[in-house]
Amino acid sequence: MSGPSAADGGRVTYWRVLFVVSATLLVLALLCFAFGQAPHAVLARAFAGTWGTPYGIGQVMFKATPLLFCGLAFHVAFRAGLFNIGAEGQLALASLAAAWVASKLPASVPAVVALPATLAVAMLVGGGYAAIAGVLRARFGVHEIIAGIMLNRSADVLLPWVLAAGLGADSMRSADIAQGARLPRLDFIPGLHGSAASLAFPLAVLCTFGLYLWLDRSRAGREMRWIGQGPDACLAQGVEVPRRRIEAMCLSGAVAALGVTGTVLGYKGYYELGLGSGAGFSGIAVAMLGRAHPVALVSAALLFGTLAQAGLAVNASVPKEAMAVLEALVILLVAGSAHGDRARRARPGRAKPPAPDAPAEPSLDAPAEGAPSPGSTA
Amino acid sequence: MSSWLSMLPETLRISVPYACAAVAGVWAERSGVIHIGLEAVLLTSSFSSVAAAVASGSLLVGMLAGVLAGVVVSVGHALLVERARVDAVVSGVALNLLAYAATRLALRGLYDSASNSPSIAGFDLGPKGGDVGAMLARVLLDPVTLGAALVIAASPWLLARTRLGLRLRACGESPEAARSLGIDVVRTRVLALAISGAIGALGGVHLAFDQHRFESGMSAGRGFIALAAVVLSGWRAGRAALACLVFGALEALQIALQDVSGTSKATTLVQLLPYVATLVVLALGIGRAAAPRGLGQRVDDG
Repeated sequence: MSGPSAADGGRVTYWRVLFVVSATLLVLALLCFAFGQAPHAVLARAFAGTWGTPYGIGQVMFKATPLLFCGLAFHVAFRAGLFNIGAEGQLALASLAAAWVASKLPASVPAVVALPATLAVAMLVGGGYAAIAGVLRARFGVHEIIAGIMLNRSADVLLPWVLAAGLGADSMRSADIAQGARLPRLDFIPGLHGSAASLAFPLAVLCTFGLYLWLDRSRAGREMRWIGQGPDACLAQGVEVPRRRIEAMCLSGAVAALGVTGTVLGYKGYYELGLGSGAGFSGIAVAMLGRAHPVALVSAALLFGTLAQAGLAVNASVPKEAMAVLEALVILLVAGSAHGDRARRARPGRAKPPAPDAPAEPSLDAPAEGAPSPGSTA
Repeated sequence: MSSWLSMLPETLRISVPYACAAVAGVWAERSGVIHIGLEAVLLTSSFSSVAAAVASGSLLVGMLAGVLAGVVVSVGHALLVERARVDAVVSGVALNLLAYAATRLALRGLYDSASNSPSIAGFDLGPKGGDVGAMLARVLLDPVTLGAALVIAASPWLLARTRLGLRLRACGESPEAARSLGIDVVRTRVLALAISGAIGALGGVHLAFDQHRFESGMSAGRGFIALAAVVLSGWRAGRAALACLVFGALEALQIALQDVSGTSKATTLVQLLPYVATLVVLALGIGRAAAPRGLGQRVDDG
């Protein structure tokens, strides 16, 4: 199995956006017709339930939070040339551990102690579970995709067992967490009143920008990116490739674990089986869509959060699974259109030759530092 | 005593979907295409088989529709990976999501149910009765099981001894070398995935016909266990099917233990075994050497 190639694919060109959006709308229209609904009415209802009302906006943020953390987690590992498809299991185990610890805290513990402690436990468990895949890859040469799948499935088996046998819970949920470990809702913003959005979303955005910066500027982050570009050259340069790979995997797992802020700490106040499930896999799509820039990553998370929330909004007329179908479709269209776009650009006869002074393609890519694009000086 | 003996037919019955999916995985990966979408093949084929059986009233039509659905999903994966150059892992994850959502959507649309389809009649061939001999006869006379057994038994020979098998393995070991010998790598892989999809679909059809209906998410991770079997077997069809028999026996044992002692929590840990075994075997380096060398490699179309 070859490693992921970070080359291109992250470019967002107008052609691709147009292609993906029109194909998605077409399928949505077909699905609406299949359920005997007018597409524009369904779209209007979807909009009203998401970006049309303040409550909807809050709900989109709430849905996007674990997606953003998991997308960021996938991105970090991906930059180091690793596929962390185990975020699903990492987040689930970390959520359970965090909820358990937070439920054991006395009610008198203030938030300044309870929150960091809970988050530390979550990150330790998430990072530790990811470390299994990291060590297996770096030291034993086991491919992290196979390890990730096996660890995800193991977590699926372990979770109900730990809940029932370990914690003695009758129902498939943990006890309520201490008040100090709860993240404040964003209710104080009048526009978001009543929605499940919490401080977790701004935290996720902050983490995204911080981690992108760290990958670019810190020595460890730069070395991780080099490994992603070419591990053999890194070895020759004296970069400790195995160590950095394990670190990248741990970091990825810890970031995925932070998804717990949106679900357990910011919303439910306890962990129940299945809470936050699916975010790990959708996070892969978020990362695929938004890996060029932190703004793109946040937008991708919001897009999939919108689809999830829109599914609930239209559920009465078109089943919410329609939006899940669209989500999978978006992943395939985005991933599939990258090659068509590359091929189109590579074919000299078809594509208009770019003017020497203009950037070849409109792109959302971050311009390289220190190299102002010729177009902007005009 | 009889509950222990009845483990034999139970093991066979339980193993069929696993074995079909695992052999499907071997066909795909020996041709060089990473295939983590086995779950999607199982789900779509079991849904299509039930939907077609309900609509037509014929189980044979259902079986054909199921196999067709498996081929479509599998070939779709091949085209996405080989033609549209989608990463095989991304395609597999997306197809799994798509299959889960689309079958649920179709359940709501066709049968207005969030969880299951209406019941269908089974083939129900063989003697009635609850004794072990009758159970075994019913399992062995099931047409889906027979068909699955046939293709699974033929797979090692087809892969090792036929011209198609040789070409397919060449694409899996070294796509560049295969192309230099005039083999159309993309076409061979699409063909391999079509065969893979048909075999995997038999597992999905068996799953649905065995329950006499389709249930949402009824593949329940079997595709991933099958993937474990593929790795454990060193990408060999016969051994992968045998590994699935062992997994099936463990599941049957677990069911038998639950019958004897009520729900025992420790037995759920038995479910961990396939996954942990896969990781251990890989870590020890046993499975690694056996993986097709060209797995995940594409030929550049220049």
